[in-house]
Amino acid sequence: MEPTDSNIIDDVTSGDYGSKYGFRSDIDTEIIPPGLNEDVIRIISAKKEEPLWLLDFRLKAFRHWQKMTVPDWAHLDIPPIDFQAISYYAAPRQKKAPGSLDEVDPQLIDTFNRLGIPLEEQKLLSGMAVDAVMDSTSVKTTHRAKLAEMGIIFCSFSEAVKEYPELVQKYLGKVVSYADNFYAALNSAVFSDGSFVYIPKGVRCPMELSTYFRINASGTGQFERTLIVADDDSYVSYLEGCTAPMRDENQLHAAIVEIIVENRAEVKYSTVQNWYAGDADGRGGVYNFVTKRGLCRGVDSKLSWTQVETGSAITWKYPSCVLAGRGATGEFYSVAVTRNRQQADTGTKMIHLASDTRSTIVSKGISAGHSQNSYRGLVKVAANADNCRNHTQCDSLLLGATCGAHTFPYIDVANDSAIVEHEATTSKISEEQLFYCNQRGIPTEEAVGLIVNGYAKEVMNKLPMEFAVEAQKLLQITLEGSVG
Amino acid sequence: MNSHSAAMDNSLQQYLDLYDANSRAIDAGCGAPLLNAMRPGARSALEGARLPERGDEGYERTSVNDMLAPDFGLNISRLPMPVDVTASFRCDIPAVSTLMAFVVNDSFVPSRTLEERLPDGVRFMSLARAARECPELVEPYIGLGTGSCPAADLNTLLLQDGVLLHIGRGVRLQKPLQLVNIFSSSTDMMAVRRLLVVAEDDSEAQLLVCDHTQDREHRYLSLQMIQIHVAQRASFELYDLEESSALTSRISMLYAHQEADSSLTVNGSTLSGGKTRNDYRLDLDGTGCRTMLAGMAVATGDQTVDNSSEVLHHVPRCHSDQLFKYVLDDKSNGAFEGAIRVEEGAVLTEAYQTNRNLLASSDARMHTRPQLEIYCDDVKCSHGAATGQLDQQALFYMQARGIPQHEARVMLMQAFMADVIATVRPEGLRDRLRLLVERRFHGRSSATCADCGAAHNTDQVCSSSI
Repeated sequence: MEPTDSNIIDDVTSGDYGSKYGFRSDIDTEIIPPGLNEDVIRIISAKKEEPLWLLDFRLKAFRHWQKMTVPDWAHLDIPPIDFQAISYYAAPRQKKAPGSLDEVDPQLIDTFNRLGIPLEEQKLLSGMAVDAVMDSTSVKTTHRAKLAEMGIIFCSFSEAVKEYPELVQKYLGKVVSYADNFYAALNSAVFSDGSFVYIPKGVRCPMELSTYFRINASGTGQFERTLIVADDDSYVSYLEGCTAPMRDENQLHAAIVEIIVENRAEVKYSTVQNWYAGDADGRGGVYNFVTKRGLCRGVDSKLSWTQVETGSAITWKYPSCVLAGRGATGEFYSVAVTRNRQQADTGTKMIHLASDTRSTIVSKGISAGHSQNSYRGLVKVAANADNCRNHTQCDSLLLGATCGAHTFPYIDVANDSAIVEHEATTSKISEEQLFYCNQRGIPTEEAVGLIVNGYAKEVMNKLPMEFAVEAQKLLQITLEGSVG
Repeated sequence: MNSHSAAMDNSLQQYLDLYDANSRAIDAGCGAPLLNAMRPGARSALEGARLPERGDEGYERTSVNDMLAPDFGLNISRLPMPVDVTASFRCDIPAVSTLMAFVVNDSFVPSRTLEERLPDGVRFMSLARAARECPELVEPYIGLGTGSCPAADLNTLLLQDGVLLHIGRGVRLQKPLQLVNIFSSSTDMMAVRRLLVVAEDDSEAQLLVCDHTQDREHRYLSLQMIQIHVAQRASFELYDLEESSALTSRISMLYAHQEADSSLTVNGSTLSGGKTRNDYRLDLDGTGCRTMLAGMAVATGDQTVDNSSEVLHHVPRCHSDQLFKYVLDDKSNGAFEGAIRVEEGAVLTEAYQTNRNLLASSDARMHTRPQLEIYCDDVKCSHGAATGQLDQQALFYMQARGIPQHEARVMLMQAFMADVIATVRPEGLRDRLRLLVERRFHGRSSATCADCGAAHNTDQVCSSSI
């Protein structure tokens, strides 16, 4: 039987997560009982052998968090979250820190291999340094020695606290304060691990740094923290991948990413997010409530966010750039795909505080099934920031009659020399384009894949090579199903 | 600080207290049982409600609560306020018919000329009188579409008179009608105004509404609601021009409903005023509707112009356009929040929105938030927003050819507004609006019809507008 348009769309939009990513590793995990109070925070801090100032930071954040209420302004339908039912710490159980790869639980290695994140030779060959964060703790950081030669610090957050406390203390919470928002406060109180990167003056990091996040244990939340500092004239490209196994219940992921970019430095941050999105009826899936913000405080500094969001039951995040240094540049490239019952409210904030700052926003939303996909972005130009320039383009593609695509840009201009532009379009794949492809012998399902790929190309091109391949695959798995 | 914020918090309360103490006097002053019957419902809706403030989503630049906070006088016992409207307001826009109605403060001013000249099938009269004499024309529409908006409920609670424009089935008016709202009083004053427009099947009409303030001494606030019902295949155009004083504030809510194959144009121009908040909510209820919503703001001094629009596509095959442009100078504040919502099943919708803003001074502020909410796949929707300044190259080009900088700026700003002015269809009105905008850019306002003065200055008009 010839596939009709409607079942092609169904095929295309009901791709299978289970067979590809939805495995569950039976790794011996140490979990503290669910619940959140000051004792839990003390336990987390003690387990990680943290200094007192960090415990104080956590407690301060926790006390502030208790006074806050759950925000509800997003275009999202979030079932109430019981923060006492979550376990705030789950670490793969290990007797001592692994000295080499051989000592790491082989099953864990296997987990990462199945994810297509070969920690071992492949990565060495591809010249990438990886920090894998499983549930809450950082498992292994490769390539450290080579990076250390150049003075680059790339390690897990807990190691950084122990080995470079003065650096961590100097930068922690400086971009995203513990009081920033509800989930940032929660993260500041209970964060367990993450990555720390420091690129010294004048160093171009020779390889892509990469973190892979995975939630494995059930009933846990993941609260990691990434802190990247790029000193004067340095450059780093940082990749972040996320995944989680299939589970019926919802899992909470509330991370913080802080980036500080000094004079003439450049940071490129790429994310491929594929947390478990829940099943076709919207059961299960990860709540991805993340605060990501970069402070371009140096002259002519540059920060570029690229994200491919295909997973999570609910995505709620706005990777932002605070352009505080004269001539700083902020970029945001995003592809967000939602299908089934997924919801996404994502976008960016570009805050122009200094003169001659520029920002570019390109956001591509693709919605299918019963999903709701919103772009929300803020472009703000302060009164004393002259000659600022922003261009925003956000397009939405609708696949199916029951999905929603929404655009909520906020544009605030307080300086008369600024040029700020916003453009948005929403449409479905045009009959003409499909017909054109059909006429040339391309079946409808392939044509849909082709058109979607072309639509997302502008963003995909911004991803580093290694990620672009994976992201392309992800987009196919997410949208194409049997297609292609 | 505490007492200040407490007073702010309670700005709705003073009106509720006023109503509770004077409900009989208000009913008596209105004299229309139909309107009086709506008050208890509005009163209970306002119980426990609060007026929007800055910081509330959608009110980033305007606090309705603060606008209503001062203790304005309300003329609830309908004391007559003698104003010689015909003497000071003689508007001679060439293409506007002599069918002109006046509202002084909050009262419709009956005029024999108007009554005698109205064509058959058209009613243009006091709303309170219409509610008494022909309630069947008012009742089906007066309660429509206000949703849950405290400012709208407050309007219903305190409303004593307004204007009804009813265009009968198949009646097609050749020339625009005109309604002039005037503020004139010896004290500070608030007016609760309402305009109800019903265009029956296959009818066609145009209405020009001008808001003016006669003096520069007193503070005025207009809390007004415009309700428009456009029936099948009917066409209605509303041109709403605000030219008041820096001490005059305006909270305006426009609700429109369109039936199948109807056409509606709304053009709201804010040329001068104090604080202005305009809410537009257009419901496209029937298939095949066409809608044009345009807005223009020229703001100087401490003026605030805040437009908020919502175009709702409920059914298939409708077309809507929105076009809003702002020129902001001095310390003025501009805000635009515009939404297009396409509901499930409203296929083949075409909905577009454009917002362009010029900041002419370093102290001017613009906030804009265009929004698309789409729950349906077979649609074509887009919005675009841009905030910037005059093209320096164009300015240089003109100066290089001997045009003084000030002239060049005005010409460019005039050109910037050209497409909003072009949405005005009657030629005479369009020319007049073009002239008013140009005068505004030259720093002159035309707060009264006399100032507008087309009849007295025809020659000058021609030479300056060419």
